Amino acid sequence: MSKKFMKVQRIEHGTVIDHILPGRAFDVLRVLGISTDRSMSILINSHSAKGGTKDILKIEDVELSDEEASRLALVSPHATVNIIVEGKVVKKFNAEAPVMVRGVLSCSNPNCISNQNEPIQSEFRLSLDSEHRYVCTYCQRDIVDLARRIRS
Amino acid sequence: MRHVISVQDFSAEEIIDILDRAETMVEIAKGNDVSEILKGKVLAAIFFEPSTRTRLSFETAMNRLGGGVIGFAGTEATSVVKGETLADTIRMVSGYADAVVLRHPREGAAKLATQFSDVPILNAGDGAGQHPTQTMLDLFTIRTELGRLEGLNISLVGDLRYGRTVHSLAIALAKFGNTINLVSPEGLEMPGEVISHLEDTGRFGKACHSPEEIIADTDMLYVTRIQKERFPDPVEYEKVAGMYRVDPELVSRGPEHMIILHPLPRVNEITPEVDALPQAKYFQQAFNAVPVRMALLSMVIGGQSNV
Repeated sequence: MSKKFMKVQRIEHGTVIDHILPGRAFDVLRVLGISTDRSMSILINSHSAKGGTKDILKIEDVELSDEEASRLALVSPHATVNIIVEGKVVKKFNAEAPVMVRGVLSCSNPNCISNQNEPIQSEFRLSLDSEHRYVCTYCQRDIVDLARRIRS
Repeated sequence: MRHVISVQDFSAEEIIDILDRAETMVEIAKGNDVSEILKGKVLAAIFFEPSTRTRLSFETAMNRLGGGVIGFAGTEATSVVKGETLADTIRMVSGYADAVVLRHPREGAAKLATQFSDVPILNAGDGAGQHPTQTMLDLFTIRTELGRLEGLNISLVGDLRYGRTVHSLAIALAKFGNTINLVSPEGLEMPGEVISHLEDTGRFGKACHSPEEIIADTDMLYVTRIQKERFPDPVEYEKVAGMYRVDPELVSRGPEHMIILHPLPRVNEITPEVDALPQAKYFQQAFNAVPVRMALLSMVIGGQSNV
């Protein structure tokens, strides 16, 4: 038997999210609204073959949609999504950062009208002049510490 | 339907059109000519925060154009104290009026209002956010007093961090090709995103902590109030306020053609002796609020075409 061993078992059906920024796995679960009481494997600061570390999530019986994958990109822009059916990867794609984000985040400006009791959804626009900067369409401020602004 | 939410929503050409329109309104604003272009129209002026100049000049502008004004200033006698949302207030008010002028303490309030209004919204200040009609009247004053709106050396002085008028003014002035100097006490500097914008447009002049460093090359000195409450230590406030006080001696070191503007209210950052100097244009600036707001109201409400 090889000295290599698997830290976690492969899954038969579900989604593997690879190349998550190290330490962001729980933020990913939060942004996807996936509860930790379901069956899943979470690897934190796993060594990456490309060097450095990454987090990995293996979530059983969940197939991530494109929309969910774009939400995941909010907290880990370069993650890879693998959809597994009967033990095989049937779809693989990169999480792409959405241009507009509605309802998922709360504005980091406490004085923003979107943080008040108003019948509106928060709304953020990906800035054209930056790689990963979201601007509140209400108060026009950059969102600060984005992972902590995800609504649970 | 055209809302007036942020000066950045307007192109340079559109701003020039508004200033040109304002120029035709000056004699009406003074009461020398009579206009009824907004006769039968109603403006709702809803001010959730105190205001003197903005509210009165909007009301004067509407009255001078033959229209009527409804509204409130302060929320004590309104449904807001009962917990009504801004969205519901706007839905209701927009049914009573042909345009709504809104001042609100929260950033983004005017943008929210556009989503619930059937009539144009004019942002009269939303928290520390935008105050586009102030910017337009500042631009109008500069053009009227200096004869042009481009190629000028502009120095913004005072609280550049919290002063809401200076952010959009700096961006608008850069749009017209002026060089912007920033003079503020430590801790009250212009926010990074505005400085980045100025740098991107190549219009960032100099940032410093003393007006004396830039006064000799300044065409327009824009003074803002440094608020006492920004300083935990009153002694520190007095020291800083003293350094930023504009007096005749400082003015004498600037060019003769220099003009001094201030969005008002002024407390003691410009001494009363400066008022009599030809450079002092802040009361003229306050008057200009009327023709500029007349131009904006006539633009968004419409009405008869002949002035």
